Amino acid sequence: MLITRRAEFSAGRACSNPALSAEENRALYGGAANPHGHNFVLEVTLEGEPDPATGMVFDLKQLKEIIEREVAGPMDHRFLNREVPPFDRVVPTAENLAREIWRRLAPHFRGVGARLHAVRLYETEDFWVDCFGEGECSA
Amino acid sequence: MLRLTRRYRFAALHRLQAPHLSEAGNRALYGKCANPYGHGHDYVLEVSVRGPVEAISGRVADPRMLDGLVAGQVLGAFQHQDLNAALGAVPTTENLAVEIRRRLLGSWKGAFPGQWPRLERVRLGETPRNLVEVIETL
Repeated sequence: MLITRRAEFSAGRACSNPALSAEENRALYGGAANPHGHNFVLEVTLEGEPDPATGMVFDLKQLKEIIEREVAGPMDHRFLNREVPPFDRVVPTAENLAREIWRRLAPHFRGVGARLHAVRLYETEDFWVDCFGEGECSA
Repeated sequence: MLRLTRRYRFAALHRLQAPHLSEAGNRALYGKCANPYGHGHDYVLEVSVRGPVEAISGRVADPRMLDGLVAGQVLGAFQHQDLNAALGAVPTTENLAVEIRRRLLGSWKGAFPGQWPRLERVRLGETPRNLVEVIETL
């Protein structure tokens, strides 16, 4: 069974690789190379079976707190490239954000009955990325 | 490997009418979708691609390339068009999704010449309540 918790954070960023020149970044990313922001929407999906005692796969209050502590708290109303490592070195594309969110969340769901199944990150209503599975997200 | 999805919209006219059936037969099969002058929908198209994250760009695909491919192959062909004339098959949502997949794959290498990203899924909503998906085996 899958359970999903949704959270939002609004953050600033520039899709700009520090190893490239301004012109190269402009060619690679277009307008996204400029500083701009999004209302990111995050869906965190866990997989597991309901605990017979509680009827829950995982306590959604705890899941909410983990997302807040690891992702929404540190990233909300921040400029990612300047304020949220590793995005001083890693370009904060939706893909890299989803992978970093996976890395931050996955350790909380080892040996607890529920495991992290998917991280979906909406950059806008019309653009999102999904990562599934440990190897897939980090590779 | 990540999946990247982009959503697009187009408005088009259609009438469900199978050429091998009579008016009464079409009426019985398709109901009001067979009404003679046609009707329209605001289609919502989701195109999903899968691939590894490129080291330099940090992306699975350049969204501008995907947008260009979809604009050229799908939106340009179907936006504000009569699907019965544009499609060459009964313009059900299923047949339209299959045609969109065929068009995208037919020009895929022009937009994405490398091994990745690959088309993973076409999801087409005729209305918010009618959705079809075509999923590739990667």
